[in-house]
Amino acid sequence: MEKRVTFKGLWLPLLLVLPQIVITAVFFFYPAGQAIWQSLFIPDPFGLSMKYVGLGNFEYLLGNPYYRASFVTTAVFSILVTVVSMGIALYLAVLADRLIKGSGVYRTLLIWPYAVAPAVAGVLWLFMFNTRVGVVSWYLGLLGYDWNHVLNGEEAMGLVVVASAWGRISYNFLFFLAGLQAIPKSVIEAAAIDGARFWTRFRTIVFPLLSPTTFFLLVVNIVYAFFETFGVIHTITSGGPQQSTTILVYKVYADGFVGQDLGSSAAQSVILLVIVGLLTIVQFKFIERRVHY
Amino acid sequence: MATVKLDSLKKSFGKTEVIHGVDIDIKDGEFIVIVGPSGCGKSTLLRMVAGLETVTSGEVQIGGAVVNDREPMDRDIAMVFQNYALYPHMSVFDNMAYGLKIAGTPKADIIERVDTAAKLLQLQPYLKRRPRELSGGQRQRVAMGRAIVRKPSVFLFDEPLSNLDAKLRVQMRLEIKQLQRRLGVTSLYVTHDQVEAMTLADRMIVMNGGVADQIGAPLEVYANPATEFVAGFIGSPPTNFVNADLAGIRNGEAAKLGVRPEHLTVLPTGSGRLEARVMYTEALGAETLVHLELADGAMITARRSATEASAPEGTEVGLDWQDRDEMLFDHTGKRC
Repeated sequence: MEKRVTFKGLWLPLLLVLPQIVITAVFFFYPAGQAIWQSLFIPDPFGLSMKYVGLGNFEYLLGNPYYRASFVTTAVFSILVTVVSMGIALYLAVLADRLIKGSGVYRTLLIWPYAVAPAVAGVLWLFMFNTRVGVVSWYLGLLGYDWNHVLNGEEAMGLVVVASAWGRISYNFLFFLAGLQAIPKSVIEAAAIDGARFWTRFRTIVFPLLSPTTFFLLVVNIVYAFFETFGVIHTITSGGPQQSTTILVYKVYADGFVGQDLGSSAAQSVILLVIVGLLTIVQFKFIERRVHY
Repeated sequence: MATVKLDSLKKSFGKTEVIHGVDIDIKDGEFIVIVGPSGCGKSTLLRMVAGLETVTSGEVQIGGAVVNDREPMDRDIAMVFQNYALYPHMSVFDNMAYGLKIAGTPKADIIERVDTAAKLLQLQPYLKRRPRELSGGQRQRVAMGRAIVRKPSVFLFDEPLSNLDAKLRVQMRLEIKQLQRRLGVTSLYVTHDQVEAMTLADRMIVMNGGVADQIGAPLEVYANPATEFVAGFIGSPPTNFVNADLAGIRNGEAAKLGVRPEHLTVLPTGSGRLEARVMYTEALGAETLVHLELADGAMITARRSATEASAPEGTEVGLDWQDRDEMLFDHTGKRC
């Protein structure tokens, strides 16, 4: 039996999906089309004329060591953000799952950072790690460590990773906790009776049963690290020092709006568009096919 | 194989005591069924033996050793859960082998033991399948297999048949009984189904509100229930209760008279010890259940063989029973 609602005419269904189509068209298809179009041109510095260059922008980008370096930076950054935020979230979720009393309070408090906008989170961490007045850098100084993320690229990377991962922990935590609580208690008990102690149970039962959640979060977090961390990076390092924290999406901004090279910026957007497309395909393909126990 | 002993075992959740002291000595190889309505504490009792619930006071002994503080894995037990609790991401073989692998059993040994268990449970064709590709009965067997391969000294069953349909339940009941006989492993079996309790048990514990009302062999419990609750819970249809005054019993303490449905004789009105009106009859083929209303409005049931002519609905009849079938209960529900 057909369970879906079917419409006879053409106009009503069209009308019903129209808002979604309009939103997608205005905020996605139009700018994406613009980006693809512009990526084929080089405009003059005053924006008065454009010169058609074909795939010249792409050729230049892929041959540009700074752009390739940005790829590596992005990879390092997104892997670190994903691993840190998911690792900590999983650890906290396992603890919360064992908690009986006060788990509501614990959960609520853990969700708060998610409500903080990335740019604000960036500023918070920037204050704490400020090289002159930051609390954390002062304590580090007491310990004999001279924190200076303004000069040291690795420290800058560490700081943006921590600031980006911080807000993300809440989100991952919620999903992990839900995933953990969906595992039937009796399965864990059966494993306990079978002789598995906590760590063995986690490794052989809990983690495998959690894998659909883990995979989903993996993709979502990578996408987050790729795109939504702009605010954090902009407020904390502005991509520096020496481009050590310039991830792809930041380079789009830096080259286009600061460097005024709109053609290159558009080409970079197109490359990012392709990456998101691939990630989405991967996500759908695997999550659809994923075994649901 | 081992004996199990519960010694004034109590359990409280917070300030609420849910098990008020249970004592039993279980012999090696005995099949004990813990039966009672939901919420009577039967599962909690079993989980305390398993080590999945802490013991508030009293002792659990397995094989003569107090195991109160031992982890489940250190108690040498195996448990079959109501929802089977199979590992969904593992094949049937891996499900059964899991405990052995953790114990570090050599591979050849594992294969041999799992194969033996699979043969016993007719699971050989399914060893490579995942649990979700099996039927309810097959999953049930895998859960049993997982318990068997580890050769534990005690089997614990937590309502293992309640997720199966009626026909399969009867079949699996027999299989469990046979298996237990063959392996001779001491077993504790929790159920709310008194038929399961009657058919499986060497001895049964009838639980009521956290108290073991009666412990004994099924037929002994049936013939001689210790409390009103046991008389009403064991047997289907349940024991009839008649107000002692109405039944003309003047025995001081006695508040209620209990008579099993099969012990009631239906006579023409005016004869027998009690007058009643036939409300409706249920002919079940081999037997007929006659539902009667007493003068005080209480409903009782008589179980007659189908060959007897039964009084039509709406007629007045007399009821009689033998003195030896009388069970008297005082106002607290105790036998007197």
